[in-house]
Amino acid sequence: MVAGARLSGIEDALFAFEHVGLSKAGAALLVDVDGTVPDDGVTTIVGPSGAGKSMLLRLCNRLECPTAGTVRFRSDDIAGVDPQRLRRRVGMVFQQPTPFPGTVRDNLLVAEPEISDVDATAALERADLTPEFLDRPARELSAGEAQRVCLARTLATRPEVLLMDEPTSSVDPRSRHALEAMTTALARDGVPVLWVTHDHTQARRVADHVLVLVAGQVEFSGPVQDAEPYFDEG
Amino acid sequence: MKADIGWSGLSVSLVLVAVAVALSRWRQLGLERSILWAASRALVQLLAVGVALDLVLDPGRTLAWSWLWVAAMLAIAATVVRWRAREVPGIFPLSLAAFGAAAFVSLGVLFGLGVFELDGRTLIPLAGLMLGNSMAATILVSRRVLEELRDKRTEVEARLALGQTSTEAARPYLRAALRTALIPQIETTKAVGLVVLPGAMTGLILAGAEPLDAVRVQAAVMYLVLGAVATTTAVVAIGVSRRMFTADHRLDWRLVGTDRPAERA
Repeated sequence: MVAGARLSGIEDALFAFEHVGLSKAGAALLVDVDGTVPDDGVTTIVGPSGAGKSMLLRLCNRLECPTAGTVRFRSDDIAGVDPQRLRRRVGMVFQQPTPFPGTVRDNLLVAEPEISDVDATAALERADLTPEFLDRPARELSAGEAQRVCLARTLATRPEVLLMDEPTSSVDPRSRHALEAMTTALARDGVPVLWVTHDHTQARRVADHVLVLVAGQVEFSGPVQDAEPYFDEG
Repeated sequence: MKADIGWSGLSVSLVLVAVAVALSRWRQLGLERSILWAASRALVQLLAVGVALDLVLDPGRTLAWSWLWVAAMLAIAATVVRWRAREVPGIFPLSLAAFGAAAFVSLGVLFGLGVFELDGRTLIPLAGLMLGNSMAATILVSRRVLEELRDKRTEVEARLALGQTSTEAARPYLRAALRTALIPQIETTKAVGLVVLPGAMTGLILAGAEPLDAVRVQAAVMYLVLGAVATTTAVVAIGVSRRMFTADHRLDWRLVGTDRPAERA
């Protein structure tokens, strides 16, 4: 690690990576990653394509398992946490919208089988969608609307943390703006967000903290105002 | 028996092979050698099976020989499936288990409840019909499950990320694959008798049985096939889908591939 050293100790970090390595089919995607994600605000993971940003994110809800080292969530080794419980505490929105068949309500029911209409409407509102969306077929929505449904679906599980994997790369400017505004609002309300982006302007807009990943290693980790030199490079 | 054509009858029927060869030559299809090869190979194979069956079904032999025959058919069927669905991991033991389960269920009903009398003459043909009809569906369903989970990978992962178990996350895709494999069998069952007279019935009628007797056997055979296809496809689909996930409810990248849209951006 270069500037800033650790933002916080491992014990009060949201996520801590300890000598984390990830290899697939003989290719090293992450090499000896060491660093922490603070337990507040929005942390963006930036870096060139293929730097391992998405892989680092996927380690946080155990869609990937490290081939070396330890990933900790609020000081617990993720390897020892029940995956289903972890994933309901650590929600994720993917790069491509993934609406399931059926209506928007059906989508929310996958996330929360007991969800009431009141809670479903509240989840939609937090994703800047009106209640009329509940009965619309999810697969006929625009990419931006579908992505907001995916956010609402994730929020229906009431996660403590939100992982965002380049969620705005395939959506219209209005949806991008809405997603950014909602995410920063969530972070202010106490749900920390880990957001992967290759768009440095977006990182400037949403980030409180920045983690720069290059070729599978952490180059910088610190507050957004100290990350300018790395943004300029990109 | 009405259907005993004798060796002379068989020789005369070769005229029909000659017709096919002549047509091929006339239209310059270049298929003469293939036709002759296919016809002689079929004859040799059938004769070999006939001789072996004659030995196994000899009234002096114990039923153990017939069961051994069934076991060999099971192993051959599983080998064929492995060869035709090579891309599916662990398909050989899975299809072996599936055919075993189907044999247990369907033959168990037919013989256990006394629909047919348990005898080499009933056991071997019924097991053969069951396996022959289940193989195509087994191959189809194993490939479909693999393709569904590969193609819908992001959807499956979105379900996992919502806290679903791998069984829950795979369910809609398993359902699609199973429907694809079962619907043709249901369609065939619906059309039976309208388009073609099925094999068992044709055989019985040729051998001199009363048509209604033949129909009863054929109907039982069809239900056997339907039950067997449903059993084998369910076992194989569940087995393949389990193999696609790790114990901690992740998709196994070695089976679904490593390239991810997020990393290409």
